[in-house]
Amino acid sequence: MHAIDRKLIRDFRRLWAQALAIALVLACGVAIVLISFGMYRALDETRTAYYERNRFADLFATVRRAPMGLMQEISAIAGVQAVDMRVSGTVIVDVPGLSEAAVGHILSLPEAEEPALNAPMLLSGTLPQTASEIAVNRPFALANGLGTGDVIEANLNGRKRALTISGTVLSPEFIYTIGPGAMMPDNRTFGILWMRQDAAAAVFDMAGAFNDLSVKLDARAQVQPVIDALDILLEPYGSLGAYGRDRQLSNSFLDAEIRQLRGMATVLPPVFFGISAFLVAMVMGRIVTLERSEIGLLKALGYSDLEVCIHYLMLAGLIAVAGIGIGWAVGTWLAWEMSQLYTRFFDFPFLVFQVSPWVYGLSGLLALLTTTLGAARSAIMAARLAPAIAMQPPAPPKFRQSVVDRAMTLARLSQPTVMILRSLTRWPLRSALTMLGVGMAVASVMASSGMSDAFKVIVDQAFHQSNRQDAVLMFAKDLPLSVIADVGRLPGVRQVEGMQYHSAILRSGPYEKRVPIEARLAAPDLSRVVADDGAVLDAPPGGILLSERLAGQLHAVVGDTVSAEVLSGMRGTYDLRVTGIVTQYLGLGAYVDLSYINRLMRQSPRISVANVTLDPTQMDALHAAIKTTPGLSGTNMVAQALRSFQDTINRNVTTMTTVYTTIAVLITIGVTYNSARILLSERSRELASLRILGFSRWQVSYILIGETMLLALLAQPLGWGLGHLLGRAMTSSFSSDLYNIPLVTDVRAFAVASLVVLAAALGSVLIVRRRLDNLDLVEVMKTRE
Amino acid sequence: MKAVPAEIVFRTEGVTKIYASGEVLVRALAGVDLELYAGEMTVLLGPSGSGKSTLLNILGGLDHVTTGRVWFRDTELTGLGDRGLTRYRRDHVGFVFQFYNLVPSLTARENVQLVTDVASDPMPPDEALEMVGLGSRKDHFPSEMSGGEQQRVAIARAIAKRPEILLCDEPTGALDSKTGVQVLEALRHINDQFGTTTVVITHNAEIRRMAHRVIRFQDGRIVEVTVNEARVAPSEIAW
Repeated sequence: MHAIDRKLIRDFRRLWAQALAIALVLACGVAIVLISFGMYRALDETRTAYYERNRFADLFATVRRAPMGLMQEISAIAGVQAVDMRVSGTVIVDVPGLSEAAVGHILSLPEAEEPALNAPMLLSGTLPQTASEIAVNRPFALANGLGTGDVIEANLNGRKRALTISGTVLSPEFIYTIGPGAMMPDNRTFGILWMRQDAAAAVFDMAGAFNDLSVKLDARAQVQPVIDALDILLEPYGSLGAYGRDRQLSNSFLDAEIRQLRGMATVLPPVFFGISAFLVAMVMGRIVTLERSEIGLLKALGYSDLEVCIHYLMLAGLIAVAGIGIGWAVGTWLAWEMSQLYTRFFDFPFLVFQVSPWVYGLSGLLALLTTTLGAARSAIMAARLAPAIAMQPPAPPKFRQSVVDRAMTLARLSQPTVMILRSLTRWPLRSALTMLGVGMAVASVMASSGMSDAFKVIVDQAFHQSNRQDAVLMFAKDLPLSVIADVGRLPGVRQVEGMQYHSAILRSGPYEKRVPIEARLAAPDLSRVVADDGAVLDAPPGGILLSERLAGQLHAVVGDTVSAEVLSGMRGTYDLRVTGIVTQYLGLGAYVDLSYINRLMRQSPRISVANVTLDPTQMDALHAAIKTTPGLSGTNMVAQALRSFQDTINRNVTTMTTVYTTIAVLITIGVTYNSARILLSERSRELASLRILGFSRWQVSYILIGETMLLALLAQPLGWGLGHLLGRAMTSSFSSDLYNIPLVTDVRAFAVASLVVLAAALGSVLIVRRRLDNLDLVEVMKTRE
Repeated sequence: MKAVPAEIVFRTEGVTKIYASGEVLVRALAGVDLELYAGEMTVLLGPSGSGKSTLLNILGGLDHVTTGRVWFRDTELTGLGDRGLTRYRRDHVGFVFQFYNLVPSLTARENVQLVTDVASDPMPPDEALEMVGLGSRKDHFPSEMSGGEQQRVAIARAIAKRPEILLCDEPTGALDSKTGVQVLEALRHINDQFGTTTVVITHNAEIRRMAHRVIRFQDGRIVEVTVNEARVAPSEIAW
């Protein structure tokens, strides 16, 4: 090994603490590239392959009942490649060993051939061969301990019928499986049941007809014209409107996740790489200053400018190698953890969550590039140093009397304080970048606590204030109000309120949005619309209440008239006046008066669901009754779902807080430890001189600690600002039609973020301060600068 | 006593050097005409700021002249770019500095190796260290050696490439008399054994007694050149 390489390795070893502090920040960037980019690619590519292999449809439509004969007309639409017509519906299912009533989503399978689209992948057993057989989605089977040959019972046509499980499958339509009205997947109480076409047709009275359409398009076909053609064709058959993959539930959840990963991959790594580059620049700048005479010597010995430049670039390169190594190790582990999380929520038959080698390569390359860029200026400076000048000590830095200095004199500040302030103003860029780094750490903590506060607000608004029912009972079709009394007679039911759902397209000027409309009886107690000020709002006859985001999308304000094209029940288009706009975080709510809308539709008032409160001691009896009650298509145990939702949120928030706080601490240590070390190195002679002049250890420490901590303090407001911006970016990137995350700014969040970061900064500086105790005063005075 | 050899190694013509120190312009050399001969040991004497070090840096290819010309044999150093000067230093010049300028993270042997790694026909590092009497200390780091030892490592490093010229800036400036003499002996030994043209800058007037020629500087000019009729051995010098 060449002597100069040995010097390199020994220098690196000597700098290990500073190098490690930088490497850890760099490692964050590398790890995030691995998990975000790696996971994003893995998820995206697996999904694409799965969709292709199992012929996942491009368009979907639900109709009330349409004849199979439409096949030819649909196939004839330009751009349509394949068509699949199915019968689907939901039923109450009685699973052995499960006290609650489960909900089964039935889908028909052709009797003879493979389904043209959305082909389920058989994992065990066979597809159903007889009318009493079903195939179930594997997660449902696993969650309930069911296997091939087991029997479950379902409420079909008002009769309980035994269905034998012939096999378990997975389907590209149900990578993310969530029951109707549920907040989170619950594979115990919601399953997909594949049934032979004839059997399903018999259950839902669909002989020779279908109610569920899937269409595959040509590769070059445009989506919208086909949707329009389908809507025209299916309109007479009670179509709720055709839609693309973007509104297919499972796909849209996956989309949201992939979008989030992609956002993370593009936003976060540059931040970490930026901070690392700054730290490398700062440390390398100092090293080159300290090694001036060595640089001069190397040149005097005949080393070329290029060799000197490469020597210092390689020192930065070693830091990069350390960062890449740690980043790869941590990133691989985190990616694995994350893949475990994904397998809990997403059901892929062949998903291999593996980060491709090229993503490792990319992350390493980016880290190397970052450190090289950071070191470039110093390395070039080293290369350019004329040897004769390099051998001489550097000229003392220029200080000039300025207005600030005069102010400091007037303020009668102590000399140590003046030294601190002068140093800050002498290197404004370095001070500013140090503050920026610390500010980012504050922002990182704030962002995570902001998210947890936001979830608290959402839960409080959506559940404690608005939806106060214990359960929702869903009817197979809308029923007259008299059913409320029937529901009231079910065991354990204390309070019942009815509500009706309509599928509708709301239009306001050129804007339109397809949403479910909730029709309510006056002054409900269980499911309420609550305004920001806590007032409970009702839509008056002829009026409509809109959630803020829906109103925004329609560009509607209070007093405007929107037209509602109701797609379900007795169809028709009605004008409604916007009487109120409310802030809501879940879904895109629209609320009308139940009696009024039914009057418009020329029918007696009806309800689609019953909201109930329950006696917790009678739950088993209630579930037993539900399992045998005809006319119910599903239940949603709100209270229970809320508990599991909150558990999940709490778990996620804890993980997120841990990750973001760790990141913040690493950034803070990286920035403050290095700047304190550099300060110490620049000032050791000065500080030793002060000690010799009679300053106490702590007086001298004050200068060292003071400067770094003053910068850290000054960085706080900057961090709060950045945290607010980051929070806004995060909430808007997480928001979709499914939910919206409020930007919550709590004073406590500011305080916690500042405390965490200042504590980390103080810890780092105190570690550096310990070196002051070991300062050999005599030696320092003797050593030539 | 050896006759002063006549082969010219260095020649300067009207060399001036003005540089900025902070915001002050310093006239370090104010017109220097000089010839140095092969194999000779020359001592440059003079007070601080008289221009000795500046001239040494220019001769060593570390610095550029403001006006004037400098030749090393047939090569005009003042006509060379950075690349040419690097090449020149690498191939022909050995330096010894007052503060040794050893790389603290390298052992004695590795400090010498720093040169032998890039030189075209170096001697083995161990041999160079033997020559300055440090064969047994080669695995020690600078912090584990005395000042005299460190300076001898620096000399070993300077001669390891078998340079034609050895330029020494105050080689004994940081040393006491006893260790200083050891260093001078090493220099004398190299000069005698290899005929290396040696230029030594010193404040110490005693040291001139071991030189072939003594050149005295004042205010950036040569004020006196003396030829020593009788050189003394370093062991006879004390201060």
